[in-house]
Amino acid sequence: MSQTPTNPPAAKPAAGHGAKAAAPKLAVLTPEMQQLQQHFGEALITPAPFVGVLVNDKRRLVDVARYLRDELKYDSITNLTAVDYIKEGYFEVVYQVQRSTGGEPLTFKARVPRPQGNDLSEPLPSLTAVYAGADFQEREVYDMFGIPFEGHPDLRRILLWEGFYGWPLRKDWHEPYYEGDTKPFESRWPGGDHKLAEERVPWEDNVNYPPGFDPLSFVANPDAGLYDSMMHGVRVVQSDGSALTTQQNGTATAAAERNGGAATALDELQTDQIIVNMGPQHPSTHGVLRMVVKLDGETVTDLKLALGYLHRNHEKIGERNTWLHNIPYTDRLDYICGLANEWGYVLTVEKMMGIKPTERAEYLRVLMAELTRIQSHFWAIGFLLNDLGAFYTPALYFITERDLILDLFESVTGSRLMCNYFRFGGVARDLTEAQLAHAKELAFERIPRKIDELEALLTDNEIVRARTIGVGYLPADRSINYSLTGPCIRAAGVPYDIRRVDPYGIYDRFDFDIPVLYGADVYDRYRVRVMEMRQSLRIVQQCLKQMEDTRWGDIQAGKKAYNHRVPAGQAYGRVETPKGELGFYLVSDGGQNAYRYHVRSSSFINLNSLKEMVVGHKVADAVVILGSLDIVLGEVDR
Amino acid sequence: MTELTAELQNDPRVPEELRNNVFITTLDKIYNWGRKRSVWPMLFGLACCAIEMIATAASRHDLARFGWELMRASPRQADLMIVSGTVTKKMVPQIVRLYNQMPEPRYVIAMGACATAGGPFKEGYNVVSGIDKFIPVDVYITGCPPRPEALLHSFLKLQEKIEKQSLRNVPWYRPGTDDIIPVPMLGPDLVDMRRAEAIRAKAAESQNA
Repeated sequence: MSQTPTNPPAAKPAAGHGAKAAAPKLAVLTPEMQQLQQHFGEALITPAPFVGVLVNDKRRLVDVARYLRDELKYDSITNLTAVDYIKEGYFEVVYQVQRSTGGEPLTFKARVPRPQGNDLSEPLPSLTAVYAGADFQEREVYDMFGIPFEGHPDLRRILLWEGFYGWPLRKDWHEPYYEGDTKPFESRWPGGDHKLAEERVPWEDNVNYPPGFDPLSFVANPDAGLYDSMMHGVRVVQSDGSALTTQQNGTATAAAERNGGAATALDELQTDQIIVNMGPQHPSTHGVLRMVVKLDGETVTDLKLALGYLHRNHEKIGERNTWLHNIPYTDRLDYICGLANEWGYVLTVEKMMGIKPTERAEYLRVLMAELTRIQSHFWAIGFLLNDLGAFYTPALYFITERDLILDLFESVTGSRLMCNYFRFGGVARDLTEAQLAHAKELAFERIPRKIDELEALLTDNEIVRARTIGVGYLPADRSINYSLTGPCIRAAGVPYDIRRVDPYGIYDRFDFDIPVLYGADVYDRYRVRVMEMRQSLRIVQQCLKQMEDTRWGDIQAGKKAYNHRVPAGQAYGRVETPKGELGFYLVSDGGQNAYRYHVRSSSFINLNSLKEMVVGHKVADAVVILGSLDIVLGEVDR
Repeated sequence: MTELTAELQNDPRVPEELRNNVFITTLDKIYNWGRKRSVWPMLFGLACCAIEMIATAASRHDLARFGWELMRASPRQADLMIVSGTVTKKMVPQIVRLYNQMPEPRYVIAMGACATAGGPFKEGYNVVSGIDKFIPVDVYITGCPPRPEALLHSFLKLQEKIEKQSLRNVPWYRPGTDDIIPVPMLGPDLVDMRRAEAIRAKAAESQNA
């Protein structure tokens, strides 16, 4: 088949990165960056290679962040990640902050020297006190690179478990099935040595142990530190089962404090607080999420999340893959809306390559992405109802509609979920007459009717209102500080939608509104989703009409290629997926592979704020609040 | 069997009103006939494939036609585990524990490429190369993810398998076949406790080398 690449495996110099980065282009400073430089002095703030500024003294990082937040009004941190420059011998931590009023994010970076072997690096100060949204992201950087953050309230591994051997995203750390730094691997080439991975590796499995490891005497504690901050007032059952020890009976005192010191007879009842693990196998955690909740009766008094049960090493694999290889992988990030994720990745790579898709392809992208938004919101609302206790029946109606949209995806792309449809500079296929007719039928006839039906059944439903209004409240300023994005922040009165604040594609050609509500609760998040579906329909309808003026089949700018060479550089591209802001931070060394491939996932970062939304509510509401965030575990854990 | 039934229906010793209501079959047949049409899967989703599993249970594909629609959230009430998605090292202790909690007879379907062999994520450092490294699998389905029809097909295949089992030799009525699988440990990497001795020997070797 023509799928076989014609050129032999690239005999790429291992030092491709170092050779090209001899004199990296320095970033041009924006007015805001210049202001920052003036305030802190040119010794501290210098232009960084390609993008952003470098903070040369890491002790001043918190000051810089505070100045950015308070003076320059960059009120939330959108992306925080690290890059391992192994040749140059340092880690670079990349911070990207943004304004909730819109505009491009501002990037600042800090460097720490690379340590030897598996040691931790020098610490950086934590920014969690300035930006609450940095919490999970700093833990992720710690987990993947072994960079500790001083002052972080709960610095533990987040995606892997405590005790894991090594820091996976360091360039000198190799996975057990390691075969080479970049694909295509020799063994997979035609004529290559086709061996099962299990036969190649010393342990005959996807594992690696340090020398001298003894599993029979090893005491595993993968959850070390998880419960530490939650133990106040909890009775502990010893491991021998019999001895009950009350660590500290804080319950009665807490209840007395609530009543202003005047404890009633009821408050003097000796009640225990208990810790309950919900998940990773639980019908209402939307996948393999684990919520550790501390309960006083039915009221949640504390909550912690244990993530990583679906951590499938997206970023490490993404750095081995060629640029084109990664497109189908992005489908599997947020597997409900694959087409929306592909756009984010393709957009970022196009930004680095400096190419633009054709007119027709632009329209096809909008069409597919907006239909994806509609079907994702159908799913989200269906399962929100599920979480409310209307088990499965309402969801069936919405899955029926969703299936009709998936039919279109399948007939165009060949797959219901994992579409692999976007290409650099275009899309893979155009729609035939019959497919266009199907899309029109959906956009003009079927879906508008079904959204009306949905609203008639739910919006004024007494039970829905009773269970959702005022539940999961998080005010706008807290939402911004937690880097909340997507329908959730728009339900808190912040009109933040990437399609408007940092436009991409051809969204400027369509007439549509960004729905905003002010309740900041589960009910308004639901209503925002319904309103967004209507707006997406408006876009799809206009798109189908405007598309008629473009040339059929003109869907690819330039030539189709297997091996793309992306010029050395860095870029951050972001799109508005149904869940929120999906960003890709890519670093290229000029080769066929991404040197660094980072996914800023909205589901993951939205979870930062879950604790503040849930604490004080009943445990049954915790499930509903989680449902209203609409997370997908593929994107949370990557 | 049908001849026996026909004979019985004509037997003068059988009262008239019972003649059309008596059927004769083997115990295996009636036992398996009942079992195969009331398999209760566990409500248990791992990743992308779980979305297609939900779609299979929804109106269009309608799993209920086969008598399989009653998904139970508790492993103790379930007969079938559909491993629907990528099995990660962090998750596999929980999956093994769930499997151990399921009562016999129990079945496992490995849904999709990841559960079968690691799929597109096989090279990942936190990914298990197929759930069959830990628990026995009855039916494998290809696809990434498999379409709902493929999942239905795997159910039919499992029904065939159930049909062929005989009470005389099924393992769960025999003594000494209590196969509790040791829960893997999350150490420096995932440790399959059945291989612990070999791992220790090899690790000691690499230390001395």
